[in-house]
Amino acid sequence: MDEKLVQIISAAFKIPAASVTDDLEYQSIPQWDSISHMLLISDIESNFNIVIDTQDVINLSSVGKAKEILRKYIPN
Amino acid sequence: MLLKDKTILITGSSKGIGKATATLFAQHGANLVLLSRDIAALNELSANLSSACSTVVNVYQSDVRSHDSLKAVFTDLNTKGIVIDVLVNNAGIMIGATLQTVSEELIKQTYETNVFGAMYASQFSLRSFLKKRKGNIINLSSIIGAKGSAGHSVYGSSKMAIIGFTQSLSKELAPLNIRVNAIAPGFIDTDMTKDLTPALHEKTLSSVGMRRIGTPEDVAKVALFLASDLSEYVTGQVIGVDGGMVI
Repeated sequence: MDEKLVQIISAAFKIPAASVTDDLEYQSIPQWDSISHMLLISDIESNFNIVIDTQDVINLSSVGKAKEILRKYIPN
Repeated sequence: MLLKDKTILITGSSKGIGKATATLFAQHGANLVLLSRDIAALNELSANLSSACSTVVNVYQSDVRSHDSLKAVFTDLNTKGIVIDVLVNNAGIMIGATLQTVSEELIKQTYETNVFGAMYASQFSLRSFLKKRKGNIINLSSIIGAKGSAGHSVYGSSKMAIIGFTQSLSKELAPLNIRVNAIAPGFIDTDMTKDLTPALHEKTLSSVGMRRIGTPEDVAKVALFLASDLSEYVTGQVIGVDGGMVI
């Protein structure tokens, strides 16, 4: 699951997968702006076929957070 | 067939402007997702539209004031693989009363229905729009929201909020190819206006330049324009449908 998420983020921001580390944060790179953030949420939802709660969307502020939140929706 | 292959969600669609909009949209080939608290009326409308227009209609009993109620609708749509193209935020209530005589509960109900409901539905719809990298929100405001009217401070301010919501959200979403517009109907023949006294009805009519009350279909036709690709370069606009009404 984590690997798939990294691939989604890498594709969304057009950055190498190696750059998608847990401490990569929203708005810390030019590619992760407010517009691409909305599209990223959509890509995550589509790829995992889930609907992320608004509060979790608000909390999804880094790659590490994204992994943590995703585990709530896909336990295994 | 201006809406062929489009799936359109309309809140408050069991009567009045919402029902007229659903009917016109179905005639133009749209598939519909209809929401209302009145599921019996929706089922009847759905049966009529399905047989008359061969359109796919999904109905949900839903109260837009409830975030959970809307979440359940959108979760079910997601499960069914239904991705909406257009959202019409039509559900609304109107109270005509001086501010001193409006209860706290009614103020809350008005804002929860007219403002918060539109915001919740728009938030949920964004998920569909972002998947397609395209979307369209049509908000129902009112001439009272645009111009103000004595005895409508609560309703009018809620509809003014819708104008602000429309204008700001249109700027936020334009880079994502998502359009947001509003319609500001004037004096329209619906349940909201049927209880006027004959004297007030006449007085209101005299303020309409075209000297006739508008029909729900008059509003639906503008919604059709905004929902269709005829308006594909139109966003952030508030279009009056008021026959030249002055208030």
